[in-house]
Amino acid sequence: MATLQSSIKSSDPAFRANDAHHRCLAQELRELAERIAQGGDERSRDRHVGRGKLLPRMRVRGLLDAGSPFLEIGQLAGHDLYDDVIPAAGLIAGIGRVSGTPCMVIANDATVKGGTYYPITVKKHLRAQEIAAENHVPCIYLVDSGGAFLPMQAGVFPDKDHFGRIFYNQANLSAAGIPQLAVVMGSCTAGGAYVPAMCDQAIIVQNQGTIFLGGPPLVKAATGEEVDAESLGGGDVHSRRSGVTDYLAVNDDHALALAREAMGATPIRYRPTVETREGTPPKYPAEDIYGILPTDTRTPYDVREIIARLVDDSDFHEFKALYGDTLVCGFAHIEGTPVAILANNGILFSESALKGAHFVQLADRRGVPLLFLQNITGFMVGRRAENLGIAKDGAKMVTAVACAEVPKFTVVIGGSFGAGNYAMCGRAYGARMLWTWPNARVSVMGGEQAAHVLATVRRDGLEARGQTWVQAEQDAFMDDIRTQYEHEGHPYFASARLWDDGVIDPVDTRRVLGLALAVAAREPVTGAENRFGIFRM
Amino acid sequence: MFERLLIANRGEIACRVIRTARRLGVRTVAVYSDADADALHVEQADEAVLIGPAPAGQSYLNQAAIVDAIVASGAEAVHPGYGFLSENADFARAVASAGATFVGPSADAIQAMGSKIEAKTLVAEAGTPVVPGYNGEDQSADTLAARAAEIGFPVLIKASMGGGGKGMRQVHRAEDFAAALAGAKRESQAAFGDDAMLLERYLTAPKHIEIQILADTFGKTLSLAERDCSVQRRHQKVIEEAPGPTVDAAMRRRMSEAAVRAARAVGYVGAGTVEFIAEGDDFYFMEMNTRLQVEHPVTEAILGLDLVEWQLRVAAGERIPFEQDDLEIDGHAVEARLYAENCRGKRFLPSTGTLRHVAFGDARIDTAIRDGTEVTVHYDPMLAKVVAHGASRKQAVARLDAALRGTEIAGVEHNVAWLRNVLRHPQFASGTYTTLTAEEHAEALRPSEDTVAIAAALLASTLGSADDSPWQRRDGFQINLPHEQTVRARCNRKPVEARIVAVGDGHRVELRDEDLHFERVRLEGGALSAHVDGKPLRVRLVQAGPDVFAMADGATERLTVVEPDAGAFGRAAEHGGRVAAPMPGRIVAVHVAPGDRVGADQVLVVLEAMKMEHSIRAPAGGKVATVHCAVGDRVDEGVELVGLGEE
Repeated sequence: MATLQSSIKSSDPAFRANDAHHRCLAQELRELAERIAQGGDERSRDRHVGRGKLLPRMRVRGLLDAGSPFLEIGQLAGHDLYDDVIPAAGLIAGIGRVSGTPCMVIANDATVKGGTYYPITVKKHLRAQEIAAENHVPCIYLVDSGGAFLPMQAGVFPDKDHFGRIFYNQANLSAAGIPQLAVVMGSCTAGGAYVPAMCDQAIIVQNQGTIFLGGPPLVKAATGEEVDAESLGGGDVHSRRSGVTDYLAVNDDHALALAREAMGATPIRYRPTVETREGTPPKYPAEDIYGILPTDTRTPYDVREIIARLVDDSDFHEFKALYGDTLVCGFAHIEGTPVAILANNGILFSESALKGAHFVQLADRRGVPLLFLQNITGFMVGRRAENLGIAKDGAKMVTAVACAEVPKFTVVIGGSFGAGNYAMCGRAYGARMLWTWPNARVSVMGGEQAAHVLATVRRDGLEARGQTWVQAEQDAFMDDIRTQYEHEGHPYFASARLWDDGVIDPVDTRRVLGLALAVAAREPVTGAENRFGIFRM
Repeated sequence: MFERLLIANRGEIACRVIRTARRLGVRTVAVYSDADADALHVEQADEAVLIGPAPAGQSYLNQAAIVDAIVASGAEAVHPGYGFLSENADFARAVASAGATFVGPSADAIQAMGSKIEAKTLVAEAGTPVVPGYNGEDQSADTLAARAAEIGFPVLIKASMGGGGKGMRQVHRAEDFAAALAGAKRESQAAFGDDAMLLERYLTAPKHIEIQILADTFGKTLSLAERDCSVQRRHQKVIEEAPGPTVDAAMRRRMSEAAVRAARAVGYVGAGTVEFIAEGDDFYFMEMNTRLQVEHPVTEAILGLDLVEWQLRVAAGERIPFEQDDLEIDGHAVEARLYAENCRGKRFLPSTGTLRHVAFGDARIDTAIRDGTEVTVHYDPMLAKVVAHGASRKQAVARLDAALRGTEIAGVEHNVAWLRNVLRHPQFASGTYTTLTAEEHAEALRPSEDTVAIAAALLASTLGSADDSPWQRRDGFQINLPHEQTVRARCNRKPVEARIVAVGDGHRVELRDEDLHFERVRLEGGALSAHVDGKPLRVRLVQAGPDVFAMADGATERLTVVEPDAGAFGRAAEHGGRVAAPMPGRIVAVHVAPGDRVGADQVLVVLEAMKMEHSIRAPAGGKVATVHCAVGDRVDEGVELVGLGEE
């Protein structure tokens, strides 16, 4: 293979300006993440801890193996989304190692609105389960939730991808041999009761966890029976009498230790789906990326400079380097896992789209996971391009990406506009994980183009009706469009809505992809299918 | 010279004797027990004979087996080393009966010096001073007072039948004597039914100074100068030096003459040591050791002699060719004994285990340990002797300290840090230390935990090599949040917890009250090097199962990294009635049975470890639920011996 040669000059003023700009973006991101990691407000946290409970992120850490990485997803979910402040959508989710096995941990944050489910919380929970399903990682639910956020029940309860889907997923994940484990560390009321009940195994903390279809107030309203929460559905009741839970813990720490042991007692055997090897660091430091990235997504630069800082030993086996050169394609390894990279190096022309379609098919046939590095303003437009049939060439690439069965990963490293988003495996194309850099912009087209297009359409309409549009009004109109696109195209806006799995600091990209690829590039070794007779229950 | 020498010993002294024998062209025969099949002395000897199972009573003290080995191997001479059978007159006779030469004095000389009381009488008659005292029939108060005045104050009044400190009084002034005597008599009468008293000079600042003797069969008896062996703990020497820092030429001459007289009194032949207790310019005979001493290398260093060589030459009938006046002291030598023991506890309990790493600094090292050596309960826990020689005392001490600083031993607790504390103590520096110094300054000498080394080990446990697979790496990676983790371990039987946060290229380690900043961390060749708060640090790390040994500056910290254990909560919820073995050893008595009611502090089980008995007591009152051990059982540290339930 060929080692990529970097030609950057760190003393270049443009490099230094870029560096300062992108470090600043990364710093803003880290500060936001720190605020989100606090969870609910101080009062809620104090009350939570005062009850002898661990804060949810401490629960996650306590569950994971010491020093395990934690690949958090949807960290910015719910950010500035509703009037209510709901850090991380009130639900911490991510993959971490438990007793040696990477597991999807889904932990309610009871310090955020009592751990209730807003629409975005449901979406995040389902996304976490989807990642678990696609990557065959066991799910561990650290349950401490008041159930649906009632004021928004219409956005939470009835639709296909609403609350009910959580349990549907649990049943089907379990059926697919993906372990489902619940640790009940607080309330599981109404629908929430099904989280532990639908699990393969459940642990409950005594005098703290409760599981019931109807809580004491509802019971009183419905039947007049007066009962306290503990005797209605506490740890002792469910561990000794109802059998809803399987293990009784004295406190959070004990419950987490039991969960670790439960996972360790029945380890899953996986086999690799690709040939992996030892990872070697790139030859160039990741921090250079700050200086390489232009401050404006429209400024061109050679994406190989980025690839050289992501892949093992900066080693890149480039495919069709001389053809369709606005799309860089090639094979490499990241942290030892082989990967087929497609990276934009300009607008997509017919040739680049054909090259991309060819390369995706090649990777798919060879079973190599795909990595898309998106920085795309779109496909070429204009008479020449259209007359040459760019629509059908673009469709070929979109088809190849849509149908490829190997694990796909996408990182939006710059612009993500229009059909380029689709061809480069945008959210709709089933990337197993999709990450965004803080400098990225995602929208149907760039703000500038949108302003011009909408202004042209409007002016044409006015002129057709014989009216004129004064320049000042047109400028104000275009400014509004630009502002709207800038706001909605911002990665925080996108991530808050779970259009991606998270915004990441560019320097962490290799680590994140290494973790993601490692779980994707394997499959469980399943034993003989066992079919039981009908049990009379 | 002999052609074939059998060494009736093990460990470092066997290796030491083999070294000289080899140089002299003498073939060596080692003996060994089952436990020592892979020992260094067996490997180094030309031949080796198995003499029995691990317990010394059945092997190294088994005269019949050793005599069989002498006969079978055709050895012409037997070197007994020290300890075991080295001062056993019967063994010396048995060796002779087997037709071999015992490298040492005659059986009669061994016997004469073997009885302490007889030996004292014998040497006193020969004109060697003994501790002044009175042990007469006349027990009248006036006589005793008069004798006390003769002996000189302070004086010790002891009950003739006494023991355990009963009927004992120190008297510092003549006017206090009468009252003290009356008290001692009353106490003795009550305790022993007898009030006969004996008097002895009481030494307040005793030093242990001994003279090395070398004598041939032609009547030449030489003094090879003195050794000061006053640094003692548990009445055992740990640091010895020659010459004595408080001994001048005149005192050396007086002591030498007294020692030579004592040796001559028993017709001593070979190497031997006359031990004195000394205070100021006064010294008194205590006993004579009729064998090579552990600490003989310091004498060798200052005189340029090989004592084992001269033991062998004399035994082979050679004449000592040099005279007393030929012996000149060259510089100064200090020896430190490295023991496998817990020097952080008050009792210096022996420690056992498998050695995982052994390295020494630059000095004469007499040892038989290496990587993989098992330190067992069966034998003496001494690991090695480190001997440094210098032109001056200061230089010798500095060299010894440097050698100790470079020593790395993993697998057992050891006393290197304690030894270094002694070397740096002002009383040692001034040379005025006494046999009481170690006890009087126990607090100051107790090694503190090396927090930085512990932090380094915990940090190292998180630093996998870069080629670890992404999920195995212990970097605590999190998206957009500080990479931090908590490492939990046990250290010196106490839990420790470190919070490790990645900061830039370095790490912040919060441990106990310390907040340490590690930079330029490199983990290679089994060592972690870093700058900690700007200061360079290098810690050798050895992993053995869940244990990590962190070694720096001679000290070793043992850490056991622990993961949360659900079982611990169950036990905590029950009753803390688990009584476990505090160290590995053999059960010699079980005083309780299931169903017995016991009070707090009541002895439940007696455990023998390294020749010491340890009473295992009830932590609280209760009823014995289970007994998990029986007399004769070998138990490991931490094994449950007795389960206690509530009343």
